[in-house]
Amino acid sequence: MFEYKSYDVAVIGAGHAGIEAALAAARLGCRTAVFTLTLDAIGNMPCNPSIGGTGKGHLVMELDALGGEMGKAADATMLQSRMLNLAKGPAVHSLRVQSDRRAYHRYMKSVLEAEPNLDIFQDEVTGIKVENGEVRGVVTSLGGDFPCRTAVICTGTYLGGKIFVGDAVRHSGPDGVCPADRLTQNLVDLGLPIRRFKTGTPARVHSRSIDYSVLERQDGDEDIVPFCFDRTEPLENTRCCWIAYTNEETHEVIRRNLSRSPLYGGAIVGIGPRYCPSIEDKVVRFPDKKRHQLFIEPCGANTQEMYLQGMSSSLPLDVQYEMYRTIKGLENVEIMRPAYAIEYDCCDPTELYATLQSKRIKGLFGAGQFNGTSGYEEAAVQGFVAGVNAAHLVLGREPFVLTRKEAYIGTLIDDLVTKGVNDPYRMMTSRCEYRLILRQDNADERLCEKGHQLGLLPDEKYAVFLRNHEELDKELDHIRHTVIHASDEINSILENLGESPLAGGASAEAVLKRPNVRYRDLLPFIHPQGDIPSAKVQQKAEIEIKYEGYLKRQAALAEKLGREDSLALPEDIDYKQIRGLRLEAADKLNRIRPSSFGQAARISGVNPADLQVLSVWLAKKRRENRGRVDDQ
Amino acid sequence: MVQGMPTIAAISTPAGKGGIGIVRMSGPEAMEMAKKVFRPRNGRDITSMKGYTAAFGTVHTVSGELIDQCVLLCFRGPRSYTGEDVAELQCHGGEAVIHAVLRAVLDSGAEPAGRGEFTRRAFINGRISLTEAEAVMDIVNAASAQGEKAAAAQAEGSLARRTEEFRDRILAIQTQIAAEIDFPEEDVDEADRDGLTRDVRKLSEDIDSLIKGYDAGQKMLRGIPAAIVGSPNVGKSTILNLVSGYEKAIVSPEAGTTRDIIEEQVSLGGITLMLADTAGIRENASGEVERIGIDRARNRLLKSSLILAVFDASRELQADDLSLIEELRGKPVLAVINKNDLPAAADTQRLKDAFPAYVEISALDQSSLGVLEKAVGDMAGVSGFDTDSPLLANERQRNCAVRANDAIREAADSLESGFTLDVCYALLDEALSVLFELSGENASEEVIDAVFRDFCVGK
Repeated sequence: MFEYKSYDVAVIGAGHAGIEAALAAARLGCRTAVFTLTLDAIGNMPCNPSIGGTGKGHLVMELDALGGEMGKAADATMLQSRMLNLAKGPAVHSLRVQSDRRAYHRYMKSVLEAEPNLDIFQDEVTGIKVENGEVRGVVTSLGGDFPCRTAVICTGTYLGGKIFVGDAVRHSGPDGVCPADRLTQNLVDLGLPIRRFKTGTPARVHSRSIDYSVLERQDGDEDIVPFCFDRTEPLENTRCCWIAYTNEETHEVIRRNLSRSPLYGGAIVGIGPRYCPSIEDKVVRFPDKKRHQLFIEPCGANTQEMYLQGMSSSLPLDVQYEMYRTIKGLENVEIMRPAYAIEYDCCDPTELYATLQSKRIKGLFGAGQFNGTSGYEEAAVQGFVAGVNAAHLVLGREPFVLTRKEAYIGTLIDDLVTKGVNDPYRMMTSRCEYRLILRQDNADERLCEKGHQLGLLPDEKYAVFLRNHEELDKELDHIRHTVIHASDEINSILENLGESPLAGGASAEAVLKRPNVRYRDLLPFIHPQGDIPSAKVQQKAEIEIKYEGYLKRQAALAEKLGREDSLALPEDIDYKQIRGLRLEAADKLNRIRPSSFGQAARISGVNPADLQVLSVWLAKKRRENRGRVDDQ
Repeated sequence: MVQGMPTIAAISTPAGKGGIGIVRMSGPEAMEMAKKVFRPRNGRDITSMKGYTAAFGTVHTVSGELIDQCVLLCFRGPRSYTGEDVAELQCHGGEAVIHAVLRAVLDSGAEPAGRGEFTRRAFINGRISLTEAEAVMDIVNAASAQGEKAAAAQAEGSLARRTEEFRDRILAIQTQIAAEIDFPEEDVDEADRDGLTRDVRKLSEDIDSLIKGYDAGQKMLRGIPAAIVGSPNVGKSTILNLVSGYEKAIVSPEAGTTRDIIEEQVSLGGITLMLADTAGIRENASGEVERIGIDRARNRLLKSSLILAVFDASRELQADDLSLIEELRGKPVLAVINKNDLPAAADTQRLKDAFPAYVEISALDQSSLGVLEKAVGDMAGVSGFDTDSPLLANERQRNCAVRANDAIREAADSLESGFTLDVCYALLDEALSVLFELSGENASEEVIDAVFRDFCVGK
């Protein structure tokens, strides 16, 4: 009998989560396989052809600092780059690029192919073999039967995928790829509660059918910041985006045809993301809004397909034509890929530990849309964390968990496994209470050390970080020890900035702390010899000094609130046995199984009095354990 | 000792009772914090005090105003009740004084202690047995439920409702900022910076005046309005002195001595009462002054939730007594049949039948206090009720309002001095989470919900 190759880690799906999971596991030395429905959809972007955005840019840069792949691919395949929120402060600067989706796919496919410990296999995984509560293997639709010790589910919208265009409904994943229809039943049989979410996407239209002369043009940034902190090759904008608006006529078409929308006709049962409403939702929920904005974005360098961001819909095809053609500039638009809504199966993320391992089945992990999130970036960071933890389980290493005060990644995963989700979860800066200290610009300072310790941030890249870090330290020290003497030159600069002039001398640090003064204004005074540090170091130094007071304040807060996160809770507590704990709290705690006191405190339905009871119980436990040790 | 635990503080003597009030602080910074409010007479540095020693001096607000004379007791961990460093400030027992001391200590950086927290720490640090600790665990939830109920009952017009209003105002501002920042490319109208600055500043000023108003009104809020009534010379003032522990009213055998309303905060059976000693009600008052006193007494009766009606068992019921019985019909009255140490002459059965409850005592006998306490506790229907709870709840709310306002003021400052919006965004977040701490809700979820409710965002 043929013996199938056995693996340490089997990754199910080769989307943005699957890629990072597979690469992380393989790079940690695990024999890894990634299964995909088609090799031609590796790293596909079935929705918007872009990477980054508010909160998401943070995730990509954090991933880059840990040794993930997404940032490199995004830099390598970008068509246009923009830093959002530039005027609103460094904490919320958010990088977003338009990507060439086919180039991105090719990039990722070749990275996977080049990875020594990684096999890529085109087949649908239909079942996970579990014995004694542990993963033993995966089986595929073609009869493949691969022994494995861990499995990472990264099925995206393909798991039980069902597409809606008006009353035309078919079982399908995005872009004509067949869905994964059989795994769900297997997961249900394994005892995993499965739920149904939905999302949607707008039409892709032919570029030549758009009248650009009446649209607003949106260009990329002149100074492009890459996602990768160590990237030195310059980046260039090669394409632009365009802005158009709906009008009353558009809304009228939508209103008239609402009954034909599966969203409103009741055909769709899945729960959709709040932040990604269809145009039907927007028109119904905000009837007073006279127009809605849409962005027309290129899908690639070698294609005429244009993406209509902001106009996702599940309306019938004829209504889509009618609706899009009411828009100025799109009067003659030709649809290439119609808009659709898609329903898919996913799990309840409170079923997972912060390692993204299932609480029920040892060795089973989940990442991405399967865990109830939405977005390529959210998927990628989870894939990375799940891949690392699957590998660590195999290698007998400690779990890898980031906390809320360390990273957006930590915040995202803590939200998922502690609070659960009611609709597809998207990262946002407002979800992150420590956002002043968790910035894009210091992602490397926060996480490179960890990435290197994990063994995933390569030495050369780590060396770049160390050099930057040293340069920054030197620069901060230099600024703090430089005195700027009053002179006509500095005082006329200060007056132009609306700041009061210097009377005698002042430290460069004090002058830089003034809100209207930028580092570049002071360059001639800080570096009169012209030994100017890199742009990155300039920016970091400026932020560290100008915002110092606020950063310290938040760091102190994070320190205080973070204390509880370092108090570990054993996994095997039966909370029902704890005297004095309310039933509701015991139920919630038994279900979520928090790994720390801090996580327990964040569970809704667990009140401060419950925590007091819990801490007394813990202390008792500690004392008993100590007693046991003493006895031996 | 558990490292990194915050230093906590609470009043550790029962409300409104006793000649001494104690504010206890426990935690690594107990003595450092005490140093900010306590000035020893001998001028030494108290942070070098040894365990089991005391210092005499004065206690001050953090801004230096004198509150009271005070004795500081220093305990050093692990040889203290909690096993941590403990500082106890002992001062005169008045409510106002003891709360001012607690306030000062909280302002100096201590956190208000949660229910049972001293005991919890004592257990964690191995100072008390498991049985003792489990007893505390059993009451922690029960007590917090009762405390919440009490706080809710008292919420009418109180800080709780107002802080909620402020929470909503911050939420509205934060929603606008979050929509702008998280959806920068969408047509969210950006808030005008001057308007935003004005709103945040106004918010800070309003919270500030709320805190000031709360401080001023606190005294009024403490205790159940109660009154003590009775014909002249049946012993009202003696009873008042019995429960308040020292001579306050002028006690003399001459009828009509008590002409004005004396209000005293007393604790009876665990209940704090704002007890008014009213003028004796007589049909034929001897003069204008006494008549005014009697009108006030009647008024005070209407506002009282509990009335102690005093009768003299050693004489026959007089016309005044009979009209008092009529006047008090249907009111929450505890009949106090006094002077049972003398030969009985009154028709006490008639009194017992006329009122919902009665006690027979002699106000000159100290043991009568226990009898009164039990009866009052039963009357108020809250026997065993711990009056610390609502007070503590309010003090926590005040502390939250103060901490929140610190962040809001800083947010307004940041906007005024030209800092970017992310700073204000973070500081308001801090303020919100402080205020949401009270209800255990999640601030960021509320903001996100509001963003999607109020703005058409998302692509």
